[in-house]
Amino acid sequence: MSEIKLELDILRYDPEKDQEPYFQSYPVSCQEDWMVLDAINHVKDHVDTTISYRWSCHMAVCGSCGMVIDGEPKLACKAPVREYANRKIKVEPLANFPIERDLVVVQDDFMEKLKRVKPYIIRKEEKSIEEGEYKQSPAELMKYKQYTLCINCLCCYAACPQYALIPEFIGPAALSMAHRYNQDSRDQGLAERHKVVSTPEGVWECSFDGDCSDACPKHVDPASALQQLKIATTVQWYQELIGMGGK
Amino acid sequence: MIMAYVRPVSRYGWYLKRRSYTVHMLQEITSFFIAIFALILLWGIAAVAGGPESYQAFLTSLTSPGMVLLLWVLTIVMFYHAYAWFSVTPKAMVIQKGEDFVPGGAIAGAHYGIWAVLTLVVLFLAGVF
Repeated sequence: MSEIKLELDILRYDPEKDQEPYFQSYPVSCQEDWMVLDAINHVKDHVDTTISYRWSCHMAVCGSCGMVIDGEPKLACKAPVREYANRKIKVEPLANFPIERDLVVVQDDFMEKLKRVKPYIIRKEEKSIEEGEYKQSPAELMKYKQYTLCINCLCCYAACPQYALIPEFIGPAALSMAHRYNQDSRDQGLAERHKVVSTPEGVWECSFDGDCSDACPKHVDPASALQQLKIATTVQWYQELIGMGGK
Repeated sequence: MIMAYVRPVSRYGWYLKRRSYTVHMLQEITSFFIAIFALILLWGIAAVAGGPESYQAFLTSLTSPGMVLLLWVLTIVMFYHAYAWFSVTPKAMVIQKGEDFVPGGAIAGAHYGIWAVLTLVVLFLAGVF
Protein backbone atom coordinates (compact mmCIF):
# COMPACT_ATOMS: atom_id res chain seq x y z
CA MET A 1 0.00 0.00 0.00
CA SER A 2 1.43 3.39 -0.97
CA GLU A 3 2.03 6.13 1.57
CA ILE A 4 0.44 9.55 1.62
CA LYS A 5 2.33 12.51 3.05
CA LEU A 6 0.24 14.94 4.98
CA GLU A 7 1.05 17.92 7.15
CA LEU A 8 -1.49 18.51 9.87
CA ASP A 9 -1.66 22.04 11.24
CA ILE A 10 -3.52 21.36 14.47
CA LEU A 11 -4.97 24.20 16.51
CA ARG A 12 -3.64 23.90 20.05
CA TYR A 13 -4.99 25.53 23.18
CA ASP A 14 -4.19 24.74 26.77
CA PRO A 15 -6.41 26.84 29.03
CA GLU A 16 -3.88 26.60 31.86
CA LYS A 17 -0.99 27.95 29.77
CA ASP A 18 -2.17 29.73 26.63
CA GLN A 19 -3.71 33.15 26.23
CA GLU A 20 -5.03 32.17 22.83
CA PRO A 21 -4.90 29.18 20.42
CA TYR A 22 -2.02 28.63 18.01
CA PHE A 23 -1.27 26.16 15.20
CA GLN A 24 1.25 23.37 15.66
CA SER A 25 2.45 21.48 12.62
CA TYR A 26 2.81 17.68 12.44
CA PRO A 27 4.06 15.93 9.28
CA VAL A 28 2.49 12.47 9.02
CA SER A 29 3.13 9.53 6.70
CA CYS A 30 -0.30 8.01 6.24
CA GLN A 31 -1.46 4.74 4.79
CA GLU A 32 -3.62 5.17 1.74
CA ASP A 33 -6.85 4.02 3.41
CA TRP A 34 -6.48 6.20 6.52
CA MET A 35 -8.95 8.81 7.59
CA VAL A 36 -7.83 12.12 9.08
CA LEU A 37 -8.75 10.65 12.48
CA ASP A 38 -6.16 7.90 11.92
CA ALA A 39 -3.56 10.55 11.17
CA ILE A 40 -4.42 12.43 14.38
CA ASN A 41 -4.36 9.17 16.34
CA HIS A 42 -0.91 8.47 14.86
CA VAL A 43 0.34 11.85 16.06
CA LYS A 44 -1.18 11.25 19.52
CA ASP A 45 0.33 7.76 19.79
CA HIS A 46 3.79 8.39 18.34
CA VAL A 47 4.61 12.10 18.21
CA ASP A 48 2.76 14.24 20.76
CA THR A 49 0.67 12.66 23.49
CA THR A 50 -0.63 16.01 24.73
CA ILE A 51 -3.12 16.57 21.90
CA SER A 52 -6.74 16.49 23.10
CA TYR A 53 -9.68 15.54 20.86
CA ARG A 54 -12.84 13.49 21.04
CA TRP A 55 -13.43 10.26 19.20
CA SER A 56 -14.99 6.91 19.86
CA CYS A 57 -16.50 4.68 17.19
CA HIS A 58 -14.43 5.42 14.06
CA MET A 59 -17.48 4.61 11.91
CA ALA A 60 -19.52 7.83 11.70
CA VAL A 61 -22.01 6.68 14.30
CA CYS A 62 -21.06 8.31 17.60
CA GLY A 63 -20.63 11.86 16.30
CA SER A 64 -17.70 12.58 18.63
CA CYS A 65 -14.98 13.50 16.14
CA GLY A 66 -16.61 16.51 14.49
CA MET A 67 -13.94 19.10 13.68
CA VAL A 68 -13.06 21.61 10.99
CA ILE A 69 -10.74 19.98 8.47
CA ASP A 70 -9.27 22.14 5.74
CA GLY A 71 -11.96 24.74 6.44
CA GLU A 72 -14.93 22.36 6.32
CA PRO A 73 -16.81 20.91 9.30
CA LYS A 74 -16.47 17.13 9.04
CA LEU A 75 -16.24 13.93 10.99
CA ALA A 76 -12.51 13.16 11.16
CA CYS A 77 -13.36 9.45 10.86
CA LYS A 78 -15.12 10.08 7.54
CA ALA A 79 -12.49 12.33 5.93
CA PRO A 80 -10.09 10.21 3.80
CA VAL A 81 -6.49 11.43 3.87
CA ARG A 82 -6.19 10.74 0.11
CA GLU A 83 -8.39 13.80 -0.45
CA TYR A 84 -5.62 15.92 1.06
CA ALA A 85 -2.62 14.00 -0.30
CA ASN A 86 0.73 15.84 -0.14
CA ARG A 87 -0.86 18.90 1.35
CA LYS A 88 -0.75 20.94 4.50
CA ILE A 89 -4.21 21.11 6.07
CA LYS A 90 -5.57 22.94 9.05
CA VAL A 91 -7.35 20.87 11.67
CA GLU A 92 -9.40 23.06 14.00
CA PRO A 93 -12.07 22.51 16.64
CA LEU A 94 -15.69 22.97 15.52
CA ALA A 95 -16.31 26.62 14.71
CA ASN A 96 -18.82 28.66 16.75
CA PHE A 97 -18.17 26.78 20.01
CA PRO A 98 -15.78 27.78 22.82
CA ILE A 99 -12.56 25.76 22.82
CA GLU A 100 -12.10 23.70 25.97
CA ARG A 101 -8.72 22.31 24.97
CA ASP A 102 -7.09 21.76 21.55
CA LEU A 103 -9.77 20.16 19.34
CA VAL A 104 -12.30 19.74 22.15
CA VAL A 105 -15.16 22.22 22.27
CA VAL A 106 -17.65 23.09 25.01
CA GLN A 107 -21.01 21.65 23.93
CA ASP A 108 -23.12 22.93 26.84
CA ASP A 109 -24.96 25.49 24.73
CA PHE A 110 -26.20 22.83 22.31
CA MET A 111 -27.16 20.45 25.13
CA GLU A 112 -29.27 23.16 26.77
CA LYS A 113 -30.96 24.00 23.46
CA LEU A 114 -31.62 20.37 22.65
CA LYS A 115 -33.36 19.96 26.00
CA ARG A 116 -35.44 23.06 25.35
CA VAL A 117 -37.07 21.64 22.18
CA LYS A 118 -38.28 18.56 24.11
CA PRO A 119 -36.78 15.87 21.86
CA TYR A 120 -39.02 13.03 23.01
CA ILE A 121 -42.56 11.82 22.40
CA ILE A 122 -45.11 13.86 24.31
CA ARG A 123 -48.55 12.36 24.90
CA LYS A 124 -51.50 14.32 26.26
CA GLU A 125 -52.79 11.04 27.57
CA GLU A 126 -50.92 7.74 27.67
CA LYS A 127 -52.68 4.63 26.40
CA SER A 128 -53.10 1.87 28.92
CA ILE A 129 -51.28 -1.41 28.28
CA GLU A 130 -54.66 -3.06 27.59
CA GLU A 131 -55.27 -0.64 24.73
CA GLY A 132 -52.22 -2.00 22.96
CA GLU A 133 -49.21 -0.51 21.23
CA TYR A 134 -48.93 2.72 19.27
CA LYS A 135 -49.02 1.53 15.69
CA GLN A 136 -47.22 3.37 12.91
CA SER A 137 -47.33 2.68 9.19
CA PRO A 138 -44.16 2.69 7.02
CA ALA A 139 -45.42 5.92 5.40
CA GLU A 140 -45.77 7.57 8.82
CA LEU A 141 -42.26 6.42 9.70
CA MET A 142 -40.85 7.90 6.48
CA LYS A 143 -42.16 11.34 7.47
CA TYR A 144 -39.42 11.71 10.06
CA LYS A 145 -36.99 8.83 9.51
CA GLN A 146 -34.13 10.88 8.04
CA TYR A 147 -34.07 13.12 11.11
CA THR A 148 -33.52 10.12 13.39
CA LEU A 149 -30.14 9.69 11.68
CA CYS A 150 -28.75 12.83 13.36
CA ILE A 151 -25.78 11.90 15.55
CA ASN A 152 -25.38 15.32 17.23
CA CYS A 153 -21.89 15.78 15.78
CA LEU A 154 -22.54 19.55 15.60
CA CYS A 155 -21.01 19.94 12.13
CA CYS A 156 -24.20 21.81 11.15
CA TYR A 157 -23.64 24.36 13.94
CA ALA A 158 -20.04 24.89 12.81
CA ALA A 159 -21.29 25.53 9.26
CA CYS A 160 -24.17 27.83 10.22
CA PRO A 161 -23.42 31.55 9.70
CA GLN A 162 -26.45 32.56 11.74
CA TYR A 163 -25.32 30.60 14.81
CA ALA A 164 -21.93 32.29 14.48
CA LEU A 165 -23.50 35.74 14.46
CA ILE A 166 -26.42 35.11 16.82
CA PRO A 167 -25.39 32.58 19.51
CA GLU A 168 -28.94 32.62 20.93
CA PHE A 169 -30.18 30.88 17.75
CA ILE A 170 -31.38 27.40 18.72
CA GLY A 171 -29.71 26.10 15.59
CA PRO A 172 -30.06 23.34 12.99
CA ALA A 173 -29.70 20.03 14.88
CA ALA A 174 -31.91 20.92 17.86
CA LEU A 175 -34.64 22.41 15.65
CA SER A 176 -34.46 19.39 13.32
CA MET A 177 -35.05 17.22 16.34
CA ALA A 178 -38.14 19.30 17.21
CA HIS A 179 -39.37 18.71 13.65
CA ARG A 180 -38.59 15.00 13.94
CA TYR A 181 -40.93 14.62 16.93
CA ASN A 182 -43.57 16.95 15.48
CA GLN A 183 -43.73 14.66 12.44
CA ASP A 184 -44.07 11.51 14.54
CA SER A 185 -47.66 10.19 14.41
CA ARG A 186 -47.38 9.05 18.05
CA ASP A 187 -46.52 12.53 19.30
CA GLN A 188 -48.91 15.21 20.55
CA GLY A 189 -46.41 17.85 21.61
CA LEU A 190 -46.34 20.15 18.59
CA ALA A 191 -47.97 23.10 20.36
CA GLU A 192 -45.61 22.73 23.32
CA ARG A 193 -42.53 22.62 21.06
CA HIS A 194 -43.73 25.52 18.95
CA LYS A 195 -43.60 27.75 22.03
CA VAL A 196 -39.80 27.35 21.73
CA VAL A 197 -39.47 26.88 17.97
CA SER A 198 -41.45 30.00 16.99
CA THR A 199 -39.60 32.39 19.30
CA PRO A 200 -37.21 34.99 17.81
CA GLU A 201 -34.22 32.72 18.54
CA GLY A 202 -36.07 29.76 17.02
CA VAL A 203 -36.64 29.07 13.33
CA TRP A 204 -36.97 32.71 12.37
CA GLU A 205 -33.24 33.32 12.90
CA CYS A 206 -32.56 30.81 10.11
CA SER A 207 -31.66 32.66 6.91
CA PHE A 208 -31.93 29.46 4.82
CA ASP A 209 -28.29 29.47 3.88
CA GLY A 210 -28.32 25.67 3.54
CA ASP A 211 -24.74 25.06 4.71
CA CYS A 212 -26.07 22.95 7.60
CA SER A 213 -27.42 20.34 5.19
CA ASP A 214 -24.27 20.38 3.07
CA ALA A 215 -22.13 19.81 6.17
CA CYS A 216 -24.18 16.92 7.58
CA PRO A 217 -22.14 13.69 7.39
CA LYS A 218 -25.32 11.61 7.78
CA HIS A 219 -27.19 13.33 4.93
CA VAL A 220 -29.85 14.72 7.22
CA ASP A 221 -31.41 17.87 5.81
CA PRO A 222 -31.76 20.38 8.67
CA ALA A 223 -32.37 23.24 6.22
CA SER A 224 -35.48 21.43 5.02
CA ALA A 225 -36.65 20.74 8.58
CA LEU A 226 -36.31 24.41 9.51
CA GLN A 227 -38.22 25.64 6.45
CA GLN A 228 -40.98 23.14 7.18
CA LEU A 229 -41.05 24.35 10.79
CA LYS A 230 -41.42 27.94 9.57
CA ILE A 231 -44.51 26.90 7.60
CA ALA A 232 -45.89 24.78 10.46
CA THR A 233 -45.49 27.54 13.07
CA THR A 234 -47.12 30.04 10.71
CA VAL A 235 -50.07 27.69 10.12
CA GLN A 236 -50.39 27.16 13.87
CA TRP A 237 -50.34 30.93 14.46
CA TYR A 238 -53.23 31.37 12.02
CA GLN A 239 -55.09 28.41 13.53
CA GLU A 240 -54.84 30.03 16.95
CA LEU A 241 -55.93 33.36 15.48
CA ILE A 242 -59.18 31.88 14.22
CA GLY A 243 -59.66 29.79 17.34
CA MET A 244 -58.68 26.38 16.00
CA GLY A 245 -56.23 24.39 18.10
CA GLY A 246 -53.17 22.63 16.70
CA LYS A 247 -51.82 19.12 17.39
CA MET B 1 -11.02 27.87 37.12
CA ILE B 2 -10.26 26.68 33.60
CA MET B 3 -11.39 29.14 30.95
CA ALA B 4 -12.67 28.02 27.57
CA TYR B 5 -11.47 30.17 24.68
CA VAL B 6 -14.19 31.95 22.71
CA ARG B 7 -13.04 32.76 19.20
CA PRO B 8 -13.96 36.26 18.08
CA VAL B 9 -16.55 36.51 15.29
CA SER B 10 -16.40 39.44 12.92
CA ARG B 11 -19.76 40.95 12.09
CA TYR B 12 -18.27 42.30 8.88
CA GLY B 13 -16.93 40.35 5.96
CA TRP B 14 -17.89 36.93 7.39
CA TYR B 15 -19.71 36.16 4.15
CA LEU B 16 -16.40 36.22 2.27
CA LYS B 17 -14.97 33.35 4.34
CA ARG B 18 -16.84 30.61 2.48
CA ARG B 19 -18.01 30.56 -1.11
CA SER B 20 -21.43 29.27 -0.06
CA TYR B 21 -21.87 32.24 2.32
CA THR B 22 -20.98 34.66 -0.47
CA VAL B 23 -23.43 33.04 -2.90
CA HIS B 24 -26.12 33.12 -0.22
CA MET B 25 -25.55 36.82 0.43
CA LEU B 26 -25.71 37.53 -3.31
CA GLN B 27 -29.06 35.77 -3.39
CA GLU B 28 -30.24 37.85 -0.44
CA ILE B 29 -29.07 41.08 -2.11
CA THR B 30 -31.22 40.31 -5.18
CA SER B 31 -34.21 41.13 -2.96
CA PHE B 32 -33.27 44.83 -3.11
CA PHE B 33 -33.48 44.66 -6.90
CA ILE B 34 -36.89 42.99 -6.64
CA ALA B 35 -37.97 45.82 -4.34
CA ILE B 36 -36.83 48.41 -6.91
CA PHE B 37 -38.83 46.62 -9.62
CA ALA B 38 -41.88 46.51 -7.32
CA LEU B 39 -41.58 50.29 -6.80
CA ILE B 40 -41.46 50.85 -10.58
CA LEU B 41 -44.55 48.66 -10.90
CA LEU B 42 -46.34 50.69 -8.21
CA TRP B 43 -45.30 53.87 -10.00
CA GLY B 44 -46.90 52.44 -13.16
CA ILE B 45 -50.14 51.58 -11.35
CA ALA B 46 -50.26 55.08 -9.87
CA ALA B 47 -49.72 56.47 -13.39
CA VAL B 48 -52.64 54.39 -14.71
CA ALA B 49 -54.82 55.73 -11.91
CA GLY B 50 -53.77 59.26 -12.87
CA GLY B 51 -55.27 59.00 -16.36
CA PRO B 52 -54.00 58.52 -19.95
CA GLU B 53 -51.58 61.45 -19.86
CA SER B 54 -49.79 60.38 -16.72
CA TYR B 55 -49.63 56.80 -18.03
CA GLN B 56 -48.11 58.03 -21.29
CA ALA B 57 -45.57 60.07 -19.33
CA PHE B 58 -44.71 56.95 -17.32
CA LEU B 59 -44.21 54.94 -20.54
CA THR B 60 -42.02 57.68 -21.99
CA SER B 61 -39.86 57.82 -18.89
CA LEU B 62 -39.28 54.05 -19.17
CA THR B 63 -37.62 54.58 -22.57
CA SER B 64 -34.78 56.80 -21.35
CA PRO B 65 -31.36 55.10 -21.78
CA GLY B 66 -30.73 55.03 -18.04
CA MET B 67 -34.10 53.44 -17.37
CA VAL B 68 -33.66 50.86 -20.15
CA LEU B 69 -30.31 49.89 -18.66
CA LEU B 70 -31.85 49.65 -15.17
CA LEU B 71 -34.71 47.48 -16.45
CA TRP B 72 -32.25 45.12 -18.15
CA VAL B 73 -30.22 44.81 -14.96
CA LEU B 74 -33.42 44.22 -12.97
CA THR B 75 -34.59 41.57 -15.43
CA ILE B 76 -31.31 39.64 -15.27
CA VAL B 77 -31.17 39.84 -11.48
CA MET B 78 -34.82 38.75 -11.25
CA PHE B 79 -34.08 35.67 -13.32
CA TYR B 80 -31.24 34.81 -10.96
CA HIS B 81 -33.49 35.51 -7.95
CA ALA B 82 -36.16 33.17 -9.35
CA TYR B 83 -33.59 30.49 -10.18
CA ALA B 84 -32.03 30.70 -6.70
CA TRP B 85 -35.32 30.38 -4.84
CA PHE B 86 -36.96 27.89 -7.16
CA SER B 87 -33.89 25.68 -6.65
CA VAL B 88 -34.52 25.49 -2.92
CA THR B 89 -38.31 25.09 -3.02
CA PRO B 90 -38.05 21.30 -2.58
CA LYS B 91 -36.58 21.89 0.89
CA ALA B 92 -39.60 23.86 2.06
CA MET B 93 -42.18 21.97 0.02
CA VAL B 94 -41.84 18.33 0.94
CA ILE B 95 -44.57 16.26 -0.70
CA GLN B 96 -44.94 12.68 0.43
CA LYS B 97 -46.75 10.06 -1.65
CA GLY B 98 -47.07 6.86 0.31
CA GLU B 99 -43.62 5.89 1.52
CA ASP B 100 -41.85 7.99 -1.13
CA PHE B 101 -41.31 11.68 -1.65
CA VAL B 102 -41.93 13.65 -4.84
CA PRO B 103 -38.44 14.29 -6.31
CA GLY B 104 -37.05 17.78 -5.74
CA GLY B 105 -36.55 18.27 -9.48
CA ALA B 106 -40.27 17.79 -10.10
CA ILE B 107 -41.19 20.38 -7.44
CA ALA B 108 -38.70 22.98 -8.74
CA GLY B 109 -39.73 22.12 -12.33
CA ALA B 110 -43.40 22.71 -11.48
CA HIS B 111 -42.48 26.21 -10.30
CA TYR B 112 -40.75 26.95 -13.60
CA GLY B 113 -43.80 25.56 -15.44
CA ILE B 114 -46.23 27.75 -13.48
CA TRP B 115 -43.94 30.73 -14.03
CA ALA B 116 -43.97 30.12 -17.80
CA VAL B 117 -47.77 29.72 -17.90
CA LEU B 118 -48.33 32.91 -15.87
CA THR B 119 -45.93 34.81 -18.14
CA LEU B 120 -47.88 33.68 -21.18
CA VAL B 121 -51.17 34.70 -19.53
CA VAL B 122 -49.80 38.17 -18.72
CA LEU B 123 -48.43 38.59 -22.26
CA PHE B 124 -51.80 37.48 -23.64
CA LEU B 125 -53.69 39.95 -21.44
CA ALA B 126 -51.23 42.66 -22.51
CA GLY B 127 -52.15 41.96 -26.13
CA VAL B 128 -48.74 40.72 -27.23
CA PHE B 129 -50.45 37.83 -29.04
